[in-house]
Amino acid sequence: MDKAQFSSPWMPYLLLMPQMLIIAIFFLWPAAEAIRSSFFLEDPFFGKATFVGIDNYRDALTGSDYQRTAWFTALFTILVALISLGLGLMFAVSADRVLRGQSTYKTLLMWVYAIAPPVAGLIGVMLFDQHIGPLVDFAALFGWDMRIGVNYWDTGTAMIIVATWKQIPYNFIFFLSGLQSIPSSVKEAASIDCRSEFRRFWTITFPLLAPTSFFLLILNITYAMFETFGTIDLIVKDQPGNSPVTLVYKVYRDGFRGNDLGGSSAQSVILMLIVLALTIVQFRLIERRVHYN
Amino acid sequence: MTTLRIKNARKVYPNGAEAVKGVSVDVEEGELVVFVGPSGCGKSTLLRMVAGLESVTEGEIELAGRVVNDLEPADRNIAMVFQNYALYPHMSVRKNLAYGLKNRKTPNAEINSRVDDAAKLLQISEFLDRKPSQLSGGQRQRVAMGRAIVRKPAIFLFDEPLSNLDAKLRNQMRLEIKKLQQSLDTAAIYVTHDQVEAMTMADKIVVLNDGQVEQIGTPAEVYGSPATTFVASFIGAPPMNLIPGDLSENGLNIGGTVLDHTADHRGPVTFGLRPERARLTSDANGIAVDIGVVEELGAIRLVHCQLGDHELTVTQDSEEPLPSGRMGLEYAERDAMLFDRDTGHRL
Ligand SMILES: Nc1ncnc2c1ncn2[C@@H]1O[C@H](COP(=O)(O)OP(=O)(O)OP(=O)(O)O)[C@@H](O)[C@H]1O
Ligand SMILES: [Mg+2]
Repeated sequence: MDKAQFSSPWMPYLLLMPQMLIIAIFFLWPAAEAIRSSFFLEDPFFGKATFVGIDNYRDALTGSDYQRTAWFTALFTILVALISLGLGLMFAVSADRVLRGQSTYKTLLMWVYAIAPPVAGLIGVMLFDQHIGPLVDFAALFGWDMRIGVNYWDTGTAMIIVATWKQIPYNFIFFLSGLQSIPSSVKEAASIDCRSEFRRFWTITFPLLAPTSFFLLILNITYAMFETFGTIDLIVKDQPGNSPVTLVYKVYRDGFRGNDLGGSSAQSVILMLIVLALTIVQFRLIERRVHYN
Repeated sequence: MTTLRIKNARKVYPNGAEAVKGVSVDVEEGELVVFVGPSGCGKSTLLRMVAGLESVTEGEIELAGRVVNDLEPADRNIAMVFQNYALYPHMSVRKNLAYGLKNRKTPNAEINSRVDDAAKLLQISEFLDRKPSQLSGGQRQRVAMGRAIVRKPAIFLFDEPLSNLDAKLRNQMRLEIKKLQQSLDTAAIYVTHDQVEAMTMADKIVVLNDGQVEQIGTPAEVYGSPATTFVASFIGAPPMNLIPGDLSENGLNIGGTVLDHTADHRGPVTFGLRPERARLTSDANGIAVDIGVVEELGAIRLVHCQLGDHELTVTQDSEEPLPSGRMGLEYAERDAMLFDRDTGHRL
């Protein structure tokens, strides 16, 4: 790459300013504020803050409610990420078989990607509506009386299914383009070398998809932990009491509904650390990742 | 015994394109058969039908006496070398070679010895632990060959395996492949659109055009007595001169010039003469030509000349004096070929 030459040494910084400003205002400042207030006990009515050291962290980490939420978040994240990755891959593999070389279909499927996530989210929530949701009726057929918003695990199941459902098209499209970027001659060579299609998948296709899969895994973990807020909110809106929520939702609930700004800040700092860890893992592995060509 | 028999094979692609229109070819034991023809003539399609990568619309593919139309590629006892090598990018060279054997439950000791033998033969032993991305084009080519060799198949299928290499390496590899194929004494089909490659490598050439066989024969046969004007113009460089003419009692009339010709045929014909079988003389009394552009190629030169309205190319030794002006053209009558002007078939 060419290095640009600037007449003034300040020019590059000036050009970076707007971006830096945005990061500072919308990220650095709130983050600093969160870290600061996580060490205080704030009085929500009179604005007085008392320094309490790491009490907020201790309270958060030892609180049984927090631990329960943390466990649910872990379970939720693992299930949503793995199931949506698995199904996305499965659909992509079957689509790839039909699609080889037929770009018309491919374009059509791209449309699914463009439309699906928001709409699918809403439809998903509707499917589990306590009164009109067909999936609730469907569960009833098997004698499962789903009580969304009342029964902890019924609500949790609905959340996992809707969040997964919403993420599948995304994974699908990435896996599909990963699959399509495997040269057909490599697949053909494999079909001469190996009779079993199943074995071919695990020895050739899947390893070649590994970079895509890994990238998606991180993306899905981030999605499940942080971006499912809206979905969860739609499902638990009326009865937040006994419903399972994720850590991010709990930050919001404790902070804005419970008015515990200090505790909520401490929790969000913990989440920031998790994001940091995920990011480090991602960069480490991407660096080490083998580049195929 | 005949290793491979292609009987009346037809291929119609789902989109309706008829790529192969009834082709029959036999490949004998240990024989190297080259499919040659212009781009889009169906060479690859035919090869891929033999490999089992394309279904056969009609006809039969018979390998070692057994019809294999409905067998999976892996069950056909063939090995293929692809144009872009198609190595498994995530496997080391050793694993690339071993993959096909492993899947066939070959004992490990046997796999190792075969891989080592092939690697030695192809001089890639020192690269066995590298990934394909760490190899040069020529080395990848060898690995692709190695992957085919270790399998000890009934027949090798090559689809333009050298077209991604530079000219010098291509000439060298072409010789190596030929030697290798002979020493392994295994039948092979080699697809190329390069007629030089076809001539130098083939035991038998199959000239294809538009999904049909134009001619099957040894390199000497397709060069020496081409069956059609297509073969005549495709095989040999520079290509054969093909000039429209008319045969009558008087002889062969080419654009006003009447040549002596003792043929029984009457009517419109195409007159064919290889550039290297024609001579220019200073005596312009016979057939007179006007010398045009002269291309020096080193040992020989190409002399482009004008015979009436028609272009003609003559090759000449560079030692000879530079031709110019109006000169005479000579050739032996047995070197002149006549083709039916309508069908293009040799008379
Ligand atoms: N998958 C396909 N679907 C439809 N038509 C195809 C397909 N593959 C090839 N064809 C058509 O079949 C004809 C023969 O193609 P083929 O690839 O066999 O040519 P080829 O002789 O190998 O040419 P080249 O020298 O360019 O490789 C072409 O007209 C091509 O357009
Ligand atoms: Mg081809």
